[in-house]
Amino acid sequence: MTKLKQTALCAACEKAGGKMVDFHGWLLPVQFDSIIAEHKAVRERVGMFDVSHMGQLVVEGKDAWPFLQYVNCNDIKNIPSAGTYSHILTEQGTIIDDAIAFCLTPQKFLVVVNAACVDEDFAWFQKQSASFEVTVRNESDVWGMIALQGPLALETVARILPQTAQLARFHITEITLFGAKGYVTRTGYTGEDGVEIMLPNAQIETLWNELLKLGVKPCGLGARDVLRLEAGYLLNGADADQTRTPYEANCGWVVKPAKGNFIGKASLVAKKTAGFSTKLMGIKLKMPGVPREGCKIFVHDEEKGFLTSGTFSPLFKGIGVGYIQADIPVGAAVEVEIHGRKVPAEVVKTPFYKNRV
Amino acid sequence: MYNQENCRFAKTHEWAFVEGDVAVVGISDHAQEEISDIVFVDLPKVGRTVKVGENCCVIESVKSASEIYAPVSGEIVAVNEALAADPALVNREPHAGGWLLKIKMTHPEDFNALLDFEGYKATLQK
Repeated sequence: MTKLKQTALCAACEKAGGKMVDFHGWLLPVQFDSIIAEHKAVRERVGMFDVSHMGQLVVEGKDAWPFLQYVNCNDIKNIPSAGTYSHILTEQGTIIDDAIAFCLTPQKFLVVVNAACVDEDFAWFQKQSASFEVTVRNESDVWGMIALQGPLALETVARILPQTAQLARFHITEITLFGAKGYVTRTGYTGEDGVEIMLPNAQIETLWNELLKLGVKPCGLGARDVLRLEAGYLLNGADADQTRTPYEANCGWVVKPAKGNFIGKASLVAKKTAGFSTKLMGIKLKMPGVPREGCKIFVHDEEKGFLTSGTFSPLFKGIGVGYIQADIPVGAAVEVEIHGRKVPAEVVKTPFYKNRV
Repeated sequence: MYNQENCRFAKTHEWAFVEGDVAVVGISDHAQEEISDIVFVDLPKVGRTVKVGENCCVIESVKSASEIYAPVSGEIVAVNEALAADPALVNREPHAGGWLLKIKMTHPEDFNALLDFEGYKATLQK
């Protein structure tokens, strides 16, 4: 077995009682005391997550923006401090990764990508950058990162970094903290307001400890998964992958064919014209039970799809998302097979939780 | 109620407490702590017969599903109805209100083959 990679916060997480697990080759906390308590902290107060495993790609040069427009399907903003959520697609228009591209200057962007996709994204960017005047650097090993999330997140971070109080949603600002340069972005993966703070590995634990002193609850991947599923965010690798287009993944809004050419555009346009046989939909159980990834979905004993994510939500009980035949409408009665038992459920629109941001 | 010292344990973390020819079955304190945040218990139907080691119940936490194996053979004569409304009872009182089911034993010697509390604790230290 290969040794698991550790973030700069690994020891701090263990010290805080983190139950450490293998997450895509990283040793990360799945929970501290209780997923339910951590979920409640983020929905009602403030919690923090070690997200140092996430990747940072820096794209710099005269063609930085045209290059990012080419490798992303969304229309990337080139206004300094603005960030854009987007998908990175294959030539077939299917999803390699989802990412946020932040404009630092019109010629320098920071792209935050999923941990499991860093190497593939970096190689893809390098390959595609050949005809652009641009350099791509993988700074993923440089940065530690904490996601501070919840209704009290902004006022909490303002006690350490007063200048972040004015930061607009999806924007980035450069900071100096504990003698090091870093970034704060007003983003997250929970459906609550909050920020994500990047500092070099050597300084990130100091920030963790300061936040602990301010009463922020450490939260693990377990709570993070419940929060993001309630908020309707995709989990790349589960709800989206290289067999799915953004349209099927309920993310048609990130595709901007009018902006110009981009990788995957021609295939996407053709596929959209032809129509899709399945689409990502939400399901909500009508009876007790916990739906999980892989559970099959039935209508009158006929298989109509399967779940790509599922969980117990403290707010909505058994919920999930899955690829279901496109002719099945919202409101349809279905059954989800859990441990051989068919549990009545309803097809619903996502998000389950109305995003407060 | 079903004190650890008076229960016998399976290596798979179930406990059994004998009342006459009926074994009350639950999961150990160690198991409930490992599973944590129990949100649903999928109990079997009363009247079903089970063999030692057979999956007879599924405990769902937020993050995972855990199969529970019958520690003795016999007929399921009762299930803990209170868990439908309050599954977290298994977390709070694994050896009392959080019992799972009762099995009328067809082979009472099954019970003797289980570990006593000291023996079970020893398996956790490995």
